[in-house]
Amino acid sequence: MDNSFSAADLEFQQEVRAFFQKEFTPELKARAEAGADVKGVAVEWQKKLYEQGWIAPGWPVELGGTGWSPVQKFIFESERCDAGAPDVVPFGLKMVAPVIIHFGNDEQKKRFLPRILKSEDWWCQGYSEPGSGSDLAALQTKAEKDGDHYVVNGAKIWTTYAQYADWIFCLVRTGNFEKRQQGISFLLIDMKSEGIKVNPIHSIDNHHSLNEVVFENVRVPVENLIGAENQGWTYAKALLAHERTSIAEVANSKRNLAEIKELAETQSNHRGRLIDDPYFQSRLSDIEIELMALEYMDLRVLASMSAGDTPGPEASLLKIKGTEIQQALQELRMETIGAYSASLKVDEFQNKLHQAGSSSRREYMYGRAATIYGGSNEVQRNVIAKAVLGL
Amino acid sequence: MNFEFNEEQMMLKDSIVKWAQDNYSFDQRRVSADTEQGFSKDNWNTFAELGWLSVPFKEEYGGFGGSVVDLAAIMQEFGKALVTEPIVPTLVLFGGVLSESDNETVKAEVIPSIIDGSLLGALAVYEAQSRFDMSNVLTTATDDNGSIKLNGAKSVVLGGGNADKIIVLARTSGGQNDTEGLSLYLVDADADGVDARTYKLMDGQLAADIHLENAEAVLIAENGYQVLERSLQSIHVALCAEATGIMEVLNKTTVEYTKTRKQFGVAISSFQALQHRMVDTFMAYEQVKSLFVGTLCELTDSKTSSEQAAKTVAALRTLTAKNGKLIGDEAIQLHGGMGLTDELSVGHYVKRMMMINLMFGNADFYQEQFNRLAYSAA
Repeated sequence: MDNSFSAADLEFQQEVRAFFQKEFTPELKARAEAGADVKGVAVEWQKKLYEQGWIAPGWPVELGGTGWSPVQKFIFESERCDAGAPDVVPFGLKMVAPVIIHFGNDEQKKRFLPRILKSEDWWCQGYSEPGSGSDLAALQTKAEKDGDHYVVNGAKIWTTYAQYADWIFCLVRTGNFEKRQQGISFLLIDMKSEGIKVNPIHSIDNHHSLNEVVFENVRVPVENLIGAENQGWTYAKALLAHERTSIAEVANSKRNLAEIKELAETQSNHRGRLIDDPYFQSRLSDIEIELMALEYMDLRVLASMSAGDTPGPEASLLKIKGTEIQQALQELRMETIGAYSASLKVDEFQNKLHQAGSSSRREYMYGRAATIYGGSNEVQRNVIAKAVLGL
Repeated sequence: MNFEFNEEQMMLKDSIVKWAQDNYSFDQRRVSADTEQGFSKDNWNTFAELGWLSVPFKEEYGGFGGSVVDLAAIMQEFGKALVTEPIVPTLVLFGGVLSESDNETVKAEVIPSIIDGSLLGALAVYEAQSRFDMSNVLTTATDDNGSIKLNGAKSVVLGGGNADKIIVLARTSGGQNDTEGLSLYLVDADADGVDARTYKLMDGQLAADIHLENAEAVLIAENGYQVLERSLQSIHVALCAEATGIMEVLNKTTVEYTKTRKQFGVAISSFQALQHRMVDTFMAYEQVKSLFVGTLCELTDSKTSSEQAAKTVAALRTLTAKNGKLIGDEAIQLHGGMGLTDELSVGHYVKRMMMINLMFGNADFYQEQFNRLAYSAA
């Protein structure tokens, strides 16, 4: 039993820490926190990571990856969260790229991957539909062959940042089989194509990140099909497993917890400092103790990955516990701040609590999504019931 | 990074698994547990022969020289097998505190007798008024020209009905709740002035309320409170190890039961409401197991500060108590009426876990301890 890093890993940790200190400037940090210029901040930050060669740790080295071990990836993530730096926008780098790398042809790799690495294309994900959420295989958006094009009709929903996107990767129905999963294909669609309409969906966090994307006789060249026709489900499934492992967000939750502690040292109730209130302390330790367990759960999965295992259904477990803890922290942060957490204004006041309150509200409201996306926590429970418990 | 037991520890665990398979079915266990003393002396002798009773003790006393990880490894298996033999009172509590005490003569004499199976021990800390407060001690120790006499009463002494020797916490000075002025003494259970009123506990072990009237004793450590605190770290980990073993069995047994139990024409394991509850208890177990192996790593890492170690152990005991309760309650619930029967093993595992989760403190007690360590200094 040994949870320590090797000397080489510790050296790597120093290197990563120095990079974040130098490159994630206070100016960039302030803009990231303000949240007004999502695309501008993301692209600027991602270009810095690209120049450093650290933009795509998950990719093969020959295509621009880092060749890091699972432990090094873990260290990078921890340091990123400690620095308060945002994660890369996942849709291109972490979601469509692995599918292109594993299942795309050489021409597709040459065409799309370098632009993703350099943040020249902004991608979004077209999976869910109005009638197809957790039951993804029920999707109805149709792609019919017409010469050397597919003609796409239908609608995708909950499409994050579609308003910024140059491309969308979609699951579309190309055939009807008894087994619904069989007639699905993986198609890359240029968002500038004629017949695409993006309808904003305003969410309960009073922001606009979600959209509905409607396709009306959109013509897509057949060379934009990934792999073989009707095999898209297999490709998407490989990707979903990947999405789940990155969802526990231990480092991020640790940072949130530390910030709540700091806030509670400055906030007070009628007895004195909030941090000294026994009831508040127990609310906090309910979460902190579970987070300590989650961190070791994460490290156990990491250690088994280092030993060559691929993450199995335990990824579902990390997703459920990770998101439950995220939400519990979001709730406690709002409660710690008190009435300011109801505030919708940030820009015109230079009041620190106003800022903290407003962002805590926003995180809480949007944070409700965490137990829904990436396969809802109920679906994850179904996965564990079947795959682990054999029920 | 490595979160597995090593080869030697796996061999130790396997030896217990194998012995339990051949000799300790639930029915065989019941025969031992239902005796007056609550265990089988033959089994105890076998434990000694197989070397299990030597695991936590130093080589200079004839022990195996095991670490807290070695102790945890065997405790997990004792938990799974639900052994009713007095491993906890003798090996973990009595042996654990004795090892931390500083009377070399006593240690050299007593520890070999634990290892060879000839001596059973007990630890007498708490009194009727003290609940979980170790420092709340009214029992006194007086030194009359080198002859030490103890007077007072100790409550719910685990294994106290079977013990040959008992370690007693008694006061030489200070007020009722002072952590100073306390020392640890060794008394013979059959000495004059030692009166043990024995009774069974819900997990089958034989406890005792012990009255001491001018009982002759040997000093084994001054600073008794501090020595106990120091010993408690491995004691807590050993108890949590046993609890993880119990949780694993309860979850497995429950999943298997729902696959065979039919209602409304189908196995009840096909109901989603039940599936999700079993997933929740599985996650509760995985959480405890993860924090448990993390605790073992921290305790064996020389870079871990004593504050950090104490905080992690408090977290582990809190989570073990909370998740253990969930797992136990759900095991009974999902077994339905059968969960209430004495015939099934489920209730017996639950009662043992309940017992563990009120030793030295309960969930609230440990969480308050965690809070103090984690937040009060801020």
